[in-house]
Amino acid sequence: MRICEGEGVTKHFGGLAAVVNVDFHINQGEIVGLIGPNGAGKTTFFNLISGALATTAGVIRFKGENITGLKPHQICKRRVARTFQSVKVFSNMTALENVLLGSLFGASIGTCMPDANAEAMELLEFVGLSAKKGNLAKDLTIANQKRVEVARALATKPELLLLDEVMAGLNPTEVVQVIELIKKIRDKGITVFMIEHVMKAIMEISDRIIVLHHGEKIAEGPPEEIATSQEVIKVYLGK
Amino acid sequence: MIVLDVIIAGLLTGGIYALLAAGFSLQYGVSRVLNVSHGEFIMLGAMASYSLYIPFGINPLVSLAIVGPIFFIIGSLINKILFERIRRLAGSMEVFEGWSILVSFGLLFIIQNIALLAWGADERGYTFLAIPINLLGAIFPANRLVALLLAVVIGLSFFFFLVHTRLGKAIRAAAQEETGAQLIGINIHWMHGLCFGFGALLAGLAGVLISTMFTFSPFMGLPYTIIAIIVVVLGGLGNIIGSLVGGLILGLISSIVLHIEPGLELAVLYMLFMLMLLVRPKGIFGK
Amino acid sequence: MHIIRANQKRFFQLLFLIFILIILVIIPGYVPVYYVSLLLSIFKYTVLTVSWATFCGPTGYISLASAAFLGTGMYVTALIGEKVPLPLVVLFGGLASFLLALLVGLASLRIRGIFFAIFTLGLSEGLRHFINWWEISRVGRQGRWVISAPNTTIFYTMLIILVMTVLASYLIRRSKFGLALRGIGEEEEAANHIGINVNAVKAITFAVTSFWIGATGAIIVTQWSYVDTATAFDVSYSFTPTLMALFGGIGQIYGWVLGSVVFTIITELLLIFPYYYMLIFGSIIISVFLFFPSGLVGVVQKWWKGGLVE
Repeated sequence: MRICEGEGVTKHFGGLAAVVNVDFHINQGEIVGLIGPNGAGKTTFFNLISGALATTAGVIRFKGENITGLKPHQICKRRVARTFQSVKVFSNMTALENVLLGSLFGASIGTCMPDANAEAMELLEFVGLSAKKGNLAKDLTIANQKRVEVARALATKPELLLLDEVMAGLNPTEVVQVIELIKKIRDKGITVFMIEHVMKAIMEISDRIIVLHHGEKIAEGPPEEIATSQEVIKVYLGK
Repeated sequence: MIVLDVIIAGLLTGGIYALLAAGFSLQYGVSRVLNVSHGEFIMLGAMASYSLYIPFGINPLVSLAIVGPIFFIIGSLINKILFERIRRLAGSMEVFEGWSILVSFGLLFIIQNIALLAWGADERGYTFLAIPINLLGAIFPANRLVALLLAVVIGLSFFFFLVHTRLGKAIRAAAQEETGAQLIGINIHWMHGLCFGFGALLAGLAGVLISTMFTFSPFMGLPYTIIAIIVVVLGGLGNIIGSLVGGLILGLISSIVLHIEPGLELAVLYMLFMLMLLVRPKGIFGK
Repeated sequence: MHIIRANQKRFFQLLFLIFILIILVIIPGYVPVYYVSLLLSIFKYTVLTVSWATFCGPTGYISLASAAFLGTGMYVTALIGEKVPLPLVVLFGGLASFLLALLVGLASLRIRGIFFAIFTLGLSEGLRHFINWWEISRVGRQGRWVISAPNTTIFYTMLIILVMTVLASYLIRRSKFGLALRGIGEEEEAANHIGINVNAVKAITFAVTSFWIGATGAIIVTQWSYVDTATAFDVSYSFTPTLMALFGGIGQIYGWVLGSVVFTIITELLLIFPYYYMLIFGSIIISVFLFFPSGLVGVVQKWWKGGLVE
């Protein structure tokens, strides 16, 4: 089943075309990778799906419903969550409080404090941060801050999770841990759409990869195909 | 012709507004201090001019040369003693901007009180060049025309300074992008002091000019500060040249409103100001 | 053990507050009128400060609109005070401010930091000029007569408003909305993405906290029999709540209360020096930022910790 799809998705900033006429689809249960050289429009594309930016043209649907033009909090309630390229944790709040906010305001609005608390603790456990629940987010390492962001996103009970360069700035051990975490997330039934620059990782876990360049989709397919595609290699090495 | 009257009156007002705003714009644009006490420096300039003219007979035009440097020094000192320390304590630019509004509010109180002690609460004025002059069919007192002329001279000099000298360009760079400016070797702390001092200087000069045309009292400050804020927001916070142009435009609007419905000028300016903030916070010329 | 300790602490704190409340209720019968009116002043500024800080504290906005809301409340009384019973007048004063704040909030809370501060300042001053112009040119007078209320009524109404303001603030802070406000203050975009309708939360909280300011204005104006725009929309009312909250310590409710109480008493005392009042006041403001940036609460905490170490 196509959980998320779009046709003709376009975004212009004044004269600059950041995303141009992209058609895409994500099947439920997949892990789909989004790659492309810097400036290819990947984060902008995520911003269009999550509602952070309005599309200039095109349509985006989630589970059949047209979500183009909805605000971020509305899209979150429809079960799409995301993390950010530059980590946006709530710095002066504890790891627990960060995730707690997700539980309180995410998909289910009526959650009471004790239940939300329990959920938040569970999720911190899930991402491996139980020991740090009382620490202020700003005092955590980058890797742990990213874990908090993921846990917070998961607290909103998403069916689709957008991860924006969640492995950036991590050392190889941490990358392996994140790969494991993503697999665990997929096993929970959540579809994952992830932007990544760490090639080895994304080739390893993606079922399918979409390649953007100058805002246009130039390739799409399973990792083996993308890795050997002349187009893609030219785009990464040619310029 | 009425239209011409209104336009010339508007330019006269606008010239003063531009001068008010230029100093304020420097202080916010570079030193990042939204100086709510800016109007008090204008008031001090007016009072200083009075105190030099009445007892000593010093021509206000000469007072300009006296007031300018003194106010520059006072401004730089205030920046050094007060705002530099708060800059360090605040931690982030947002917090600093918030705190400096409040600190300048405290400064406002102190300066006003000093003025009250020194000069008393009465409104005062003096006559200087009150000769009527016929300009294109309308009558204006000579002092207004002289004030406008000087405002234009000061404004243009300032404009050329900003655009054509190295230091001027450095100031504009610092106003636009502080980190970038530092990266190309501009000593930003020194720049803060310089610009705050310059701002005070311009305020003092504006005060001297205003005192030749209107009555003044220790309470005149805040309305002028508000006008400066409005002009700077309309022209674009941080865009110093924008505030010069913005001042002229606002002077014209003010004059037009005064003609149609006196008493409403300030309220109209506020409305435009709030509208601008809602629709285009970076102002007409902002980046 | 810890839970019992915490509950005990909470119990004693509550007892302490009730004790203070009882004293405040009976005090008008026992002290000279001067102290009652001083208390009234303290109540007024505490409501302003706590209302201001409940929204602006966690979110980091600086609203200079308090004068607009206070003045609105005052003018509501001036307009309808003769035709409507007093309790309703106070309610309407609060509602008028609520609506004004909602409107202003929805329109302007997407503006960042300093722009919001000067926007709200423009609102307060603009409203003052506009109403002044309207009164003079359309109605033909500069001020209005206002109904008077007996001093005891004013005192107890203010006390009720104060208690409800502090209670509301406490409940907001402890609720999920309080947490959401903090999140919004930290990272607004992230807050939006985890399902918080940021614009709605900001606007509604801003409006709810302004209700109390309006109600205060509505009752406080009955002390004097006359009101005009200069007293109603006095720009000091915009700056003092911010100063008092920072003076007391921005993080805690008791800090805001402490700040407004101490600050109000200090300014009362300063009236002994009518000629130097503003000078001293301004110097205190500046000293707070130079030497006590974390406010009285910070000073008290340092002293407390210092004492424990010894």
